[in-house]
Amino acid sequence: MTNQSDFPALTDGAAADAAPGAAPDGVIHNIGYRGYQGPRLGRGYATRSLFVQGLRGAFGLGRSGRSKVLPMLMLAAITLPAALVVTIAIKGGEAQLSTDYPQYLASVGLLFAEIFVAAQAPVLLSRDLRYATVPLYFSRPIVRADYVRAKAAALVAAMLIVTGLPLLVLYLGALLGGMDFAHNTEHFGMGLLAALLYSVVFSAVALVIAAATPRRGFGVAAIMGVLVVTGIVATIIAGLSAGGLRNDGANGATWAYLISPSSVVDRFVNQVCGLASDSPGTPGMLGAAVFGLEIVALVVGAYLVLLRRYRKI
Amino acid sequence: MSTAPPVIRTDALTKRFPAVTALDQLTVEVQPGVVGLVGSNGAGKSTLIKILLGLSPATSGSGEVLGLNIATEGSAIRELVGYMPEHDCLPPDVSATEFVVHMARMSGLPATAARERTADVLRHVGLYEERYRPMGGYSTGMKQRVKLAQALVHDPRLVLLDEPTNGLDPVGRDEMLGLIRKVHREFGISVLVTTHLLGELERTCDHLVVIDGGRLLRSSSTASFTEVTQLLAVEVTDNADGSADQLVQQRLAAAGLSVRPDSGHILLVELAGDATYDLIRDTVADLGLGLVRLEQRRHKVAEIFTEPAAEPAAERTAERTAEPAGDSR
Repeated sequence: MTNQSDFPALTDGAAADAAPGAAPDGVIHNIGYRGYQGPRLGRGYATRSLFVQGLRGAFGLGRSGRSKVLPMLMLAAITLPAALVVTIAIKGGEAQLSTDYPQYLASVGLLFAEIFVAAQAPVLLSRDLRYATVPLYFSRPIVRADYVRAKAAALVAAMLIVTGLPLLVLYLGALLGGMDFAHNTEHFGMGLLAALLYSVVFSAVALVIAAATPRRGFGVAAIMGVLVVTGIVATIIAGLSAGGLRNDGANGATWAYLISPSSVVDRFVNQVCGLASDSPGTPGMLGAAVFGLEIVALVVGAYLVLLRRYRKI
Repeated sequence: MSTAPPVIRTDALTKRFPAVTALDQLTVEVQPGVVGLVGSNGAGKSTLIKILLGLSPATSGSGEVLGLNIATEGSAIRELVGYMPEHDCLPPDVSATEFVVHMARMSGLPATAARERTADVLRHVGLYEERYRPMGGYSTGMKQRVKLAQALVHDPRLVLLDEPTNGLDPVGRDEMLGLIRKVHREFGISVLVTTHLLGELERTCDHLVVIDGGRLLRSSSTASFTEVTQLLAVEVTDNADGSADQLVQQRLAAAGLSVRPDSGHILLVELAGDATYDLIRDTVADLGLGLVRLEQRRHKVAEIFTEPAAEPAAERTAERTAEPAGDSR
């Protein structure tokens, strides 16, 4: 094949193109190099391609079977209890689901969402750093900010699927069970707001940590540490102050929740949506404003840190 | 060939980092073809490539790649240029096909075209059944082929190859050099290839650009680097203590020739014309000595580095040899 000269090979190729059916049997065509004259779709398309690859990668699609296990397990773990809740409610002929949508995420969903984001954020960022693939991306039409945006969007979208799917199961189940449409739609919307905020805030924290280390294990541990441990610490401090040391309502101790991203989202959604919460320390309007500002600051700050991180590569 | 527009043109390109000046007033033009960018480690090769890709702003000066401004049209440049990095850059748990398809799409190719081009280009670089296996199990030679394939997959007009033969055994090196020649001759893609190994460039490149300490040392055709230079090596008998050398040197100098001693009892005489041969023969015979060696001296590209670049004498020699080719400096 290689010792055949290119000139006849090229004409062979042209002949085959002209008359596809006329080629005699048993001829091996050495098609020489063919250039590419087609469209080049540029930066926006490349960024979207990176987003799609990231989103698929977050669920292990297009990668080895082993890398699908954990994300799919988390997706199942966060969704199956919702299916269970729906089944019980319908069988029992109840007028309402036993859990509200935002509450489902805050109680059942939180840990699985945290494990998912901790495991998959390093898949999106640390691997590219570790295998030095990042410079290859930057030798393509995209710019550094496109890379950061595509990866962040991919993780947020993946998180939206993980947190949104159980809510969808609850909602569809409630409608199938003939429960109140207006009430369920309204609270499903609140649940989606919570899902969006969890996705954005968790992704922001996780991406900053994942971008700091090429070691996936470190990334996973650090993200879990930040998301889970701060939640526990905040709850302990608030619990001690509110329940044990002082018991004058939701004030000083409430601010302890500021250190925990998950609590901030939870409290903010409860306050804004006017959901009564049993747990002590739901902030007043001032608290809601402060928590809201913290969410914005976390997300914007993380984006700027990521841009800065990739400026030097 | 010199009538074609240059693929790369820089004008007084300077890049300063806080501690070091990586590029210093670099002005160079690169014509289509296979061009070697030669320099020792730290000479500024990688910095130049980064600036040419529009990834790193120059401190001062300007440049163009394929007629596009490096300061403002980086994205358009990167669409038409391929880049093969020096370091390992392949994720081990992905197959070559998947990886190259992804990189093709990152260059803006639609999904179908990306798959077709990937199949084509992997075949051209010599990867067949292995392309479906995860790249973690590849040999160094196969990895280098994938790296080359991802640089070619979008049919660029220019590829920048950073040390493509690094870590390859002699056979793998020859194959890679063959591929590089093929990229230009058969694919019609211009190549800028960096290396600090000169021997392989003599065989591969049409043109060499030599930089050192961020400055242009020389830019000329490969032929002019290896062409017969205007020097004759002379060695005579009865020269154990070097006194015969001195006598010959004095006589020849008196006859108006430029002579300088080289290592190993050899005199280097500047060739002024055919008469020089006769003059040397007669001079040696007059002194009653025997002529052991009288030969033309060939410049090897490697001498650029063995001669200390900073010395003006060395630079003069380099410039003089460059003149016949009509060079930019």
